[in-house]
Amino acid sequence: MVNNGVKIEVQGLEIWFDQIYALKPLNIQIKDKEILGVIGPANSGKTTFLRSLNRFNDLNDNFRFKGSISLDGKNIHKDIAVGELRKKVGMVFALPIPLPLSIFENVVYGPRRHGVNDKNKLEEIVERTLKEAYLWDEVKDRLQVSGMKLSGGQQQRLCLARTLAVEPDVILYDEPCSGLDPISTAKIEEAMSRFKDKYTQILVTNNTKQAARVSDRTAFFLMGDLVEIDRTDKMFTYPSDSRTNDYISGRFG
Amino acid sequence: MHRHFDEALKNLKEKILRMSGLVEEIIGTAIKALLERNSELAYKVIKSDDAINMLEIEIDDLCMKLLALYQPTAGDLRFITSTMKICNDLERIADLGVNIAQRTLDLLKVPPLKVKIDIPKMATASREMLKDSLNAFVNKDSKLAYEVCKRDDEVDKLNHEIFMAVFQCTPEDQKPVERVIDLILVAKNLERIADHSTNICEDVIYLVDGKVIKHHITD
Repeated sequence: MVNNGVKIEVQGLEIWFDQIYALKPLNIQIKDKEILGVIGPANSGKTTFLRSLNRFNDLNDNFRFKGSISLDGKNIHKDIAVGELRKKVGMVFALPIPLPLSIFENVVYGPRRHGVNDKNKLEEIVERTLKEAYLWDEVKDRLQVSGMKLSGGQQQRLCLARTLAVEPDVILYDEPCSGLDPISTAKIEEAMSRFKDKYTQILVTNNTKQAARVSDRTAFFLMGDLVEIDRTDKMFTYPSDSRTNDYISGRFG
Repeated sequence: MHRHFDEALKNLKEKILRMSGLVEEIIGTAIKALLERNSELAYKVIKSDDAINMLEIEIDDLCMKLLALYQPTAGDLRFITSTMKICNDLERIADLGVNIAQRTLDLLKVPPLKVKIDIPKMATASREMLKDSLNAFVNKDSKLAYEVCKRDDEVDKLNHEIFMAVFQCTPEDQKPVERVIDLILVAKNLERIADHSTNICEDVIYLVDGKVIKHHITD
């Protein structure tokens, strides 16, 4: 259940990696089915923040945190099993990493692990998610070809389809277009816009123009602090903080 | 960090400042020609409009290129869009100066009106509004811009007073009719200069504060 339109609530979150204070006390509410753009220079804490939402930081031995994160009102560290959390909160990475399997098997990898084995059901998932990821028309005649044979842009859309296959509520994107050409980038962005009524999406990007094009709200992080969060149109015309102005105008970072 | 883009912005700023200076000068000269009944100055005004027209084209062109090539945001974006609009107002103001100069040349063909019509007061008020609106732009002074916006009502009032004064002249003084029409047109041009100065101030307020105050001034 979504609480008052809030999908994810972060309260007093602080993160350390050994002695490094990566994220200073953070309070942020992510609305249901919004696209939140997250921007900031290197070491701003934006990726650390993103990875905290599906407990990816937990994989790092030196990771420590304080505060709480809840998804639909449930504490993600106490009330939800990690596996369940990562099913609900999918992630698309900067580098597309297809599994050394066919296109078909790449997409159904998640559903199979969650116990779906019915052939018709799996075919349905493959068609639906590849269409959603704008890849279907390009690969529908060669679903048995290795996913690794696809171009970079196609591989990224395959990874997106793989994420969609487990029917997440939230999709996290960590620089999803950093290695892609403008057309592939446009396809990913178009897919994100189409998902608006279906998923809550959080996009970490170094490309501020991409945040401007795609997101409803944008959050600007700097040295572990959330400097500003506002409607994207407001942020890119009249930001409240001069550091935001300087960053999005390319004056530093 | 220094950006290549900053050089281009600096170039744009220099051009719009040059245009502002020329427009302020053209209006000053047009008013001087009118009040001193000086045809030489009136001709000078008419000639100097070309340079302003050329600058308008250059500035528009530069703004379009900066938008296309750099896709500016935030403060840079507001500066460029405001400059485009202010440039347009400046060009119109220069045209109004030319109109005043042309009316002046007509008025020189007949003796001055005996009845006192306070064109000098209105001319001063409009010219000051223009000057202060450009100062507000140059110094990014939104407080001054607000203050100038409020002065527009005063100029409107002076315009109305001139119209009424001409209207109330004796039939004798109203002849030749071209003379009183020219005076009314001069007042109208001065009133339009104040309007365009107000527009400039509204753009300055958007540039500095990000606020839109057009059509419903609140502060």
